[in-house]
Amino acid sequence: MRFDVEEVFETASMTLYQNLDIRTTTLGINLKDCIDSDFAAFQDKVYRRVSTFGRSLLEKSRPLEVKYGVPIVNKRIAVTPVSLIMETHCTVEKYLAMAQTLDRAALDAGIDFVGGFGALAQKGLTRSDAVLIEALPEVLSATQRVCAFLNVGSTHAGLNLDAVNLLGPMLKETAQRSPNAIGCAKFVVFVNAPEDNPFMAGAYHGVGEPDATLNVGISGPGVVRSVVERIGSATSLSFRSVLSARCSRSPAPAN
Amino acid sequence: MNVDVDKELLFITVIGQDKKGIVARISGLLYERNINIEDISQGVMQGYFVMTMLVDLREATADLENISHVLQQLGDEMGLRVQLQHQNIFKAMHRI
Repeated sequence: MRFDVEEVFETASMTLYQNLDIRTTTLGINLKDCIDSDFAAFQDKVYRRVSTFGRSLLEKSRPLEVKYGVPIVNKRIAVTPVSLIMETHCTVEKYLAMAQTLDRAALDAGIDFVGGFGALAQKGLTRSDAVLIEALPEVLSATQRVCAFLNVGSTHAGLNLDAVNLLGPMLKETAQRSPNAIGCAKFVVFVNAPEDNPFMAGAYHGVGEPDATLNVGISGPGVVRSVVERIGSATSLSFRSVLSARCSRSPAPAN
Repeated sequence: MNVDVDKELLFITVIGQDKKGIVARISGLLYERNINIEDISQGVMQGYFVMTMLVDLREATADLENISHVLQQLGDEMGLRVQLQHQNIFKAMHRI
């Protein structure tokens, strides 16, 4: 197989001049087997699982960045929807404690965000789902890296208006509690949520997934930023044509 | 440039202004680390001087992190952009 200098230059210049990067690697982790009736033991298992897998993700990422000369910008973790694993521990205090455990595990491992603090409530709310929603304002304001989600409807089941009804006050309280309302930026509400989702802030590890799944998102934002900086001012139409030309030569944006 | 699947082949891409000593200094760094140069090409692309080296790291005495670091340092010293990338990325980008 032969590569000419033009081909090598084209690829190298994507990373050197056009900000091509791996925008994110998101490691989905199953936490169902961490469930324990002893809450302290449960927290300990979750901490170990998330921090161990998180460190492993970082250790494996660095050599790949060097080997391919492509930076990996974000390292994230998505866990099993927390309302499922907290069914037997559903108090606001324990939800907050679990959020802090996840936050600490992510921080200690050097993980940027941990998603999955949410519930699949498209057809109705379990007690655990309702307590999770009640805990969210404090969870989202008291933690740095924990991201939350709620699925409140589907084409099949319609909208869960009980859940929707709780969201307004929950979001308002979250905004009031966190500086610049940043807590709300760490929450995603879905209708027709997929079985599994690697995209923050609404990432979670689906129940049909194996123990761990790695998702890789190629840069969209970095390439777009490079194009915007290069062309300066432009009409939306001319910007679109420049971006289309650029994207047709670059890998498709995935995140 | 021929790519041999049995070798540990990476491309070094040097972009910037043409000047004396680029090949000599990079070759020196590679020789010190027992890295063989398989091929060298150069040209002018979009106004840039571009040199590409295909290197085999099978018998290298330094790890990738070190090689990448010293190449970056040399690039900074000489006012050049230097990029080290495994051949697989070029296969993925340019071959079906």
